Amino acid sequence: MDILLADLPDGAQGTVTRVWANGPALDAGHLRRLGELGFLPGEPVQVLRRGPGGREPLAVRVGDTLFALRLAEAQCVSVDAA
Amino acid sequence: MAAPALALPAGLPRSVALVGNPNCGKTALFNLLTGARQKVANYAGVTVERKIGVARLPDGRSVAVIDLPGTYSLQPATPDEQVTLEVVEGRRAGEDVPDALVVVVDATNLRMNLRLVLECRALGRPMLVALNMADVARRCGLQIDTARLAAELGCPVVETVAVQADGHAALLQQLAHWTWPAAASTVTLPPATPPDAAALQREVRRLLAACVTAPAAAGSGAAQRLQLQLDAWVLHPAWGPLILAALLFIVFQAVFSWANAPMEWIKAGMAAAGDAVSAAMAPGPLRSLLVDGAIAGAGSVLVFLPQILILFFFILVLEDSGYLPRAAFLLDTLMGKVGLSGRAFIPLLSSFACAVPGVMATRTIAQWRDRITTIMVAPLMTCSARLPVYALLIGAFIPDRAVGPFNLRGLVLFGLYVAGVASACGVAWLFKRLWLKNGYQPLMLELPPYRWPAVRTLALGLWERMQIFLRRVGTIIFALMVVLWFLSSYPTPPAGATGPAIAHSLAGQLGHALQPLFAPLGFNWQICIALVPGLAAREVAVGALGTVYALSAAGDGVAEQLAPMIAQGWSLATALSLLAWYVFAPQCISTLAAVRRETNSWRYPVAMAAYQFALAYLAAFATYRAASLLGA
Repeated sequence: MDILLADLPDGAQGTVTRVWANGPALDAGHLRRLGELGFLPGEPVQVLRRGPGGREPLAVRVGDTLFALRLAEAQCVSVDAA
Repeated sequence: MAAPALALPAGLPRSVALVGNPNCGKTALFNLLTGARQKVANYAGVTVERKIGVARLPDGRSVAVIDLPGTYSLQPATPDEQVTLEVVEGRRAGEDVPDALVVVVDATNLRMNLRLVLECRALGRPMLVALNMADVARRCGLQIDTARLAAELGCPVVETVAVQADGHAALLQQLAHWTWPAAASTVTLPPATPPDAAALQREVRRLLAACVTAPAAAGSGAAQRLQLQLDAWVLHPAWGPLILAALLFIVFQAVFSWANAPMEWIKAGMAAAGDAVSAAMAPGPLRSLLVDGAIAGAGSVLVFLPQILILFFFILVLEDSGYLPRAAFLLDTLMGKVGLSGRAFIPLLSSFACAVPGVMATRTIAQWRDRITTIMVAPLMTCSARLPVYALLIGAFIPDRAVGPFNLRGLVLFGLYVAGVASACGVAWLFKRLWLKNGYQPLMLELPPYRWPAVRTLALGLWERMQIFLRRVGTIIFALMVVLWFLSSYPTPPAGATGPAIAHSLAGQLGHALQPLFAPLGFNWQICIALVPGLAAREVAVGALGTVYALSAAGDGVAEQLAPMIAQGWSLATALSLLAWYVFAPQCISTLAAVRRETNSWRYPVAMAAYQFALAYLAAFATYRAASLLGA
């Protein structure tokens, strides 16, 4: 089932299916950077925590690395929720 | 890759460049190889410039080592990554292209690090791979088949442990006995099309499957579980901010409560030195220069060494443990609201030590306008040079009283730091509103694994800080004190004049001339004198007050304690007003010079000095009026 990384509940795991321009916030350079950080199809992801207020930023583990993403970035990553 | 004709001769590379992902330990390895002491910490983006050193090989020959800012790929997104690409491709003006690349990788995170290795390999340059943190990888149960990896990559692979005294032995051996690949190209041709990250990752997965045996399930080891549990608390939506506030609180309490004893020793030492000089010398200009200028002036700054070291101890622990990026995570929503990029957090935090490295650290921010906004508010973070001013005034005017579990002095200091941060938020918000509007800025900040702070790094960091502080006291502050002593002592008063001699001196006249301008803030002429040399370095204001009051003292000036003297002479309103002034205090020439250098324009340093002067004046005025009304 494909959902957005931004909609993945805390603690849930998934697999990246694609990174795409979902919304005007991120430009092509930002999307490429997401890929360079490891948000690539087939990579395992997990949302660990959301920031104060429970919305953003998101602490996301991709592969073996933990990154902090804002909501706009997390909305550009589709995942197959396990 | 083309150009096999330009094969390098067999032999030693004259220079190697350290390339790798951020926070994989390049600079720690560089320090180990060259004996340098570049700053290392547990977060991405500590190194923003290239640094050159020389490594000595076991056989006595030497090789130049270039340390580069970390990068996630060879498609730069920020100014510091741009530097790395230019050096690697030999496009940096006036610099030779390094003979070979040493690609440093974090052995515990090959899944991410190997992508950059593959990108570098595509450049076709001679290279070798250093599997850094090999000890941590082994402890995590990772078994890396280095021989197989070397065969797959077609280049030598060595293990290194940059935090161990001999952790670079294998790398040195490899450099000394390196046979160049015959077909390696000496010039770098930029790849026709940027490599596709997804394709790179497929190759990485193949390499991982072939060369690495991981424990049963990833993230299942005891160490990883502990990391996850820690993050569950530290990044918790409610507990996280509480932990952050508690940590900051402890720091400011400690600055006051732990420093008392050593500060008393230094004060006693200074008083003894003043007495000894006074007893040993006949009254005269030279004795006054030593006692009133050197000891009362520079000595009054030296007293704050323990407080500065305690502050830096905490900063170093936070930096080395990996907590800082987590704090950035917790504060990101706030930063986003005032229009700052989440990336601004670490430069701003560096500015608590000193705004100069903070301004330089903004090179990790991709967007020019974001970068400028961050630069403009960086000096509002309370730098360590303000600490002596704050500590002197708080020590003199704020009673040492318990407020619940807290000390009132610690609370006031905490309040001053908060005032700095709050004003930075306000100024950033205004700048973004009026002047530097731009599009959305993503966060994408790496949260590195927690680490125990290394005792060696802590000790070296504190030692370095002490040297910097003592050097400042011994050179710039001492020199300014001597100059100030002359200006405060000559011309001597005419015969028959009454009052202290300093009133007739050049400095005294300057103080009196400036006083009308600062009278609305409650500053007396002595403070006005101290503001002027404070332009060079903020803590000089404390030393200047020491000299001015020592010379103003009735009788022949045996250096008295500065704090009780100003406590008698000033109203509380004046003291609070001066504190408010120093929250904004535009006076720091080295920061303005750094801004000029980083922005390559006079516009920004001039704007910065102007807005900070205006804010300082307004804040001090408001504080003085309010405090006077309340009867302080």
